[in-house]
Amino acid sequence: MQAQEAERPIDLLASGHRACAGCGAALTIQAILRATGANVFVANSTGCMEIISSQYPQSAWKVPWIHSLFENAAAVASGIEVALKALGRDDEGKVVVIAGDGGTVDIGMQAISGMLERGHDVCYICYDNEAYMNTGNQRSGSTPFDASTTTSPFGKKSFGNDRPKKNMPAIAAAHGIAYVATTSVGYPRDLAKKVQKGIAVRGPAYLQIHAPCNVGWGFDSAKTIEIARLAVETGLWMMYEIVDGELVNVMKVPRQQPVEEYLKQQRRFAHLFKMPGGEAQIKLIQDAANYNLERYKAVSPVGTREIQT
Amino acid sequence: MRAIIEGSRAIALAVKAARPNVVAAYPITPQTHIVEDISQLIADGDLDAQYVKVESEHSAMSVCLGASATGARTYTATTSQGLALMHEVLFNAAGMRLPIVMTVANRALSAPLSIWNDHQDSISERDSGWIQIYAEDNTEASDLTIQAYRIAEDSRIQVPVMVCMDGYTLTHTYEPVELLEQDLVDDFLPPYRPADFLNVNDPKSFGMFADPNYYTEFRYQNHRALEAAKAVIPQISSEFGEVFDRDYGGLIEEYRCDDAEYVLIAMGSVVGTLKDTVDDLRDDGVRAGAIKLRSYRPFPVDEIRSALAGLEAVGILDKNISLGFEGALFTDVKASLYHDDNAPKAFGFIAGLGGRDIPKRMFVKMFDCIREDKKISNSGFFDLNTQILDFQEV
Repeated sequence: MQAQEAERPIDLLASGHRACAGCGAALTIQAILRATGANVFVANSTGCMEIISSQYPQSAWKVPWIHSLFENAAAVASGIEVALKALGRDDEGKVVVIAGDGGTVDIGMQAISGMLERGHDVCYICYDNEAYMNTGNQRSGSTPFDASTTTSPFGKKSFGNDRPKKNMPAIAAAHGIAYVATTSVGYPRDLAKKVQKGIAVRGPAYLQIHAPCNVGWGFDSAKTIEIARLAVETGLWMMYEIVDGELVNVMKVPRQQPVEEYLKQQRRFAHLFKMPGGEAQIKLIQDAANYNLERYKAVSPVGTREIQT
Repeated sequence: MRAIIEGSRAIALAVKAARPNVVAAYPITPQTHIVEDISQLIADGDLDAQYVKVESEHSAMSVCLGASATGARTYTATTSQGLALMHEVLFNAAGMRLPIVMTVANRALSAPLSIWNDHQDSISERDSGWIQIYAEDNTEASDLTIQAYRIAEDSRIQVPVMVCMDGYTLTHTYEPVELLEQDLVDDFLPPYRPADFLNVNDPKSFGMFADPNYYTEFRYQNHRALEAAKAVIPQISSEFGEVFDRDYGGLIEEYRCDDAEYVLIAMGSVVGTLKDTVDDLRDDGVRAGAIKLRSYRPFPVDEIRSALAGLEAVGILDKNISLGFEGALFTDVKASLYHDDNAPKAFGFIAGLGGRDIPKRMFVKMFDCIREDKKISNSGFFDLNTQILDFQEV
């Protein structure tokens, strides 16, 4: 019993926070902090993770943490980083941004671009749950094609969100930064490894972590990890690194699952299985998944390694 | 030591003397000369600070916010549209009680676009929780910059301060400026040592959310801090006076008001012209006086009441307007006098918008209105050129 206790990692995000059961983002934060350790400054944008962790007078954060606004976490982090430099405290810890997809690919875009371009020593981490979940599942620039959200609902004249996800990792990489990576809460070892690489880089790094939201996506709270893995196994979420501008370490998908396996378990795609024309839409999604695997060369020849966990 | 330098240069030198750790700024006319001069001071090794060349004013204030929360002394400058873009961060910085100091090179707001001076930009941030002090000349703006850090960082206050100076009229004008001696500034303004700041040895959470059980109390404390500043601003001004031999008084400055019957209230550089007008009128036997409002927030209710007690009439010049109502100062001055039975009659004048000059004859006309109890036409717009309007007032 004592041995087990000793092996248990210290949780820098205290239990008792207000996240929903099965929350992929909360698992993501926990995994990030296990990878960073305590010597980290967190700048958090407004969103689910901020709200569930910081209701005055209780905070779940056991690391120095600041939340300012929705779109400015990258600028606030820039300020922390230069202050540490100016005060001769830059060996105290790494500055990390934790922000959702809305705060990253939409409203925070300008501040992020500035932070990356200026070369701040900040690791920016986006937990991507593919919509504005804190405000009730509205469509963001990171919402996938055909997902039904409260502002991209399906209807007689709509199959849901009519655009594919914005390719934010490519935009981040276009700034010429040393490290960009995508990962998923379904693969905690991969996640930890990439967070550690991201914070080890001197200068800006960008990580995007796929983090399913059982409430917004509409699946059983026990299935968060299963759904996260299916996104990868179908080819709908690619895991890779872009190191010094080169695409490397693409996670291979040895046995690609049909996209239906992923879609059918989620309320946000349920309409595709009921509506006239839904089948053709699913075909489009399958085509996109196939294209992803081809484009990122993620189709593994027989005999290569399985997806690691 | 006195030198003839540009106003912006005076501010840059004052900022240097304050030894900020972090400067973050985005260029906008007429603030540019200030941040260019600061950049040069850093490039030449004369100021040891991190300068973040941000991509917007929103980020300028956000960088200052993050840096200030980490324990750094921070500075930024902006104006007009830039200040408007900072709007939500201003409230946030004040609510988080971060002692950021900012120069506002006052300029009109668009539309129509105008790069010239009035006070609409800072007046529109009235309720942001920042202390706002308006300078009459460049020495005062420079001295206020140093005092602003003392006020903002005072443990009784802990709110950010904007030093407002008229764009172009002050920022781009060369005039004799009393320079700040570094050793005296170092004595007057010790390094910033906040009680709470982001650090890994004693991790704290900044910027939490408050439910209805707590929000009101946060707002109350923020308000009380600004109220407390009413005593602290004059105290620090007088301490500054002891060290530098220049004391600007407190929240207001009364000019020849002792036996005055008629007084005009104004803010900023135009007060110089107003004082000259008062001198002229005095020469003509008119018992005129002037009040320079230095601190707009906190608003000096008691000082205004006491200065106006027993007067026949008071005029208030606003280089701003709350569209659909009236000038902001006019409203505040009248509200301050509401409980006084013998309050003077108040006249509101809106003039000097978008860089329109206010010459002495304009002030004379205002005093005429006050003295003769004239009806103010054109909704208080006092320097309106009706010839270029294609409609008549109804």
